[in-house]
Amino acid sequence: MRNLQRKIAGHALALLATVLLGGLLSATLVRLAPGFDTDERELDPHLNAQSVQALREARQKQQKNSLVRFYFSYMTSALRGDLGTSLSLGQPVRNLLRDRIPLTLRILSLGLGLAWMLSLTLALTAAWMRLSIYDSLTTIISGAFLCMPAAVLALLSVLWNVPGSLAIALIVFPHTFRYSRNLLAKVYSRPHITAARVKGLSEARILFWHVVPVVAPQLLAVAGVSVSIAVGATIPVEALCGLPGVGQLAWQAALARDLPLLMTITILVTLVTLLANSGADVIGHVLQRQEA
Amino acid sequence: MSLAQKMACAILLLVLGASAAANWLAPAGYARQYREATEAPPSHAHWLGTDELGRDRFARVLYGTRISLLLAPAAALFSTLMAAFIGGLAGYLGGGWARIAMAVTDLFLSLPWLFLLITARALLPLNVSPLVSVLVTFLLLGLLGWTAAARVLCSTAAALRTSDFVRQARAAGLTRQRLFWIHVVPNLKPVLYAQFWISIPVFILSEANLGILGLGVAEPMPSWGSLLKELEGLVSIGEEPWKFVPLILLALVVTSFQLLLSRHEEVPA
Repeated sequence: MRNLQRKIAGHALALLATVLLGGLLSATLVRLAPGFDTDERELDPHLNAQSVQALREARQKQQKNSLVRFYFSYMTSALRGDLGTSLSLGQPVRNLLRDRIPLTLRILSLGLGLAWMLSLTLALTAAWMRLSIYDSLTTIISGAFLCMPAAVLALLSVLWNVPGSLAIALIVFPHTFRYSRNLLAKVYSRPHITAARVKGLSEARILFWHVVPVVAPQLLAVAGVSVSIAVGATIPVEALCGLPGVGQLAWQAALARDLPLLMTITILVTLVTLLANSGADVIGHVLQRQEA
Repeated sequence: MSLAQKMACAILLLVLGASAAANWLAPAGYARQYREATEAPPSHAHWLGTDELGRDRFARVLYGTRISLLLAPAAALFSTLMAAFIGGLAGYLGGGWARIAMAVTDLFLSLPWLFLLITARALLPLNVSPLVSVLVTFLLLGLLGWTAAARVLCSTAAALRTSDFVRQARAAGLTRQRLFWIHVVPNLKPVLYAQFWISIPVFILSEANLGILGLGVAEPMPSWGSLLKELEGLVSIGEEPWKFVPLILLALVVTSFQLLLSRHEEVPA
């Protein structure tokens, strides 16, 4: 129990460090980014000299803030939910994210579900059939997808008019399939599985009683990693399929060099992947303890 | 070496040879525009047709292949050396150094690769000369791609640190520096070779992704990424199949590297 608590505390510490370090990096980049000390409102012909002067004075006051002070004000605003304003889109980052997160989550969950379904189905049938032709065929299929850039798969999904979630599934599938196939092949070749087969146990019983408890912790770890791969795939898929999600927002921010927006998205994405990996690690640890 | 690996080697040599001889094989330079023949289909003069600016696609494929195939290994070498320095040293020194180095590595690894790349790329100016954009793209790949290799090297170096022969050498009075360069580094070589080969296809694919997203090598310089960007305008696959040549070439090269990799992966074990 103490071991588990220590594990959870370690992960929580890593998350906290990510937020603090990521915040510092964001604040530094935003503070040092070109254009930080300029205000385009000064070019507005409707403003008179006094208004322009007032804008300049307000900016000069802001510039006097040191990087550390700027960092603290940045972090306290972020804690209050104020993530700044996008330079290129002129909208609060919070609103932009709120509008786009649901679509990204939907595509991600569908894509991951499909990828895992495909991987496990192919890996399990390969382990059950034990046919070298079938094994080679599935390896070639997954290898072909592994050799394709994610952006090309996104473009092909546009050409074939298939949903973006399927493109994400095909990007994630070769990675998850390779691990699951190797893992399942290894477990199915163990002597106790052969003994169970000789005794006449059904394949379903062997799977749920003798295979799943052994492979679950490792598969969970791979599931954590697959979240990271899928999140990365959202950029090309959403950008090239024209899906208004967080990936497309990150791409637009990168093209416009909108650092406040890009850094906020990057920190959020890091937190999501860290949470997924930590969750998988903790659940895997619990399962391993139960198995022991 | 199996038959598949021999074929992979032959394909790589052929592609590398053709791209190296681009100056002689290509009918024109990669930037030359035939204004009278824009978007032309394949012909005797232009084997793969021309693009929307009238540039010979065959010439661009050859020059683009040269850029991708020369700079991806260069980036892989750079990232492997960085991984060797950070991971190897952290593993060898152990204790707090290893913990800090691995915490930073884990943090980098938890970040999706493409997010990290586009964030880093966006920090640098986008309107740069083509040559600078090539260097920036591949330098970024090298600078950010060391983490996974560093993790492997750290654990290998840590295992070496506690091995009998290193302990014996330390007991014999060898200094830490001499021990590191004479006993640890040579034993890290197989892992370094494997990590180098693993990185090449990863970097080729990453450059292609960046290029398609418009964040890679700048025009008019061709690379596989910028050549694949042409697929964006296609309406159907059967419409202009010759536009898929860069994709087929890329898939062939990456597959060949993966096949050769399976041989190199056996070495460190």
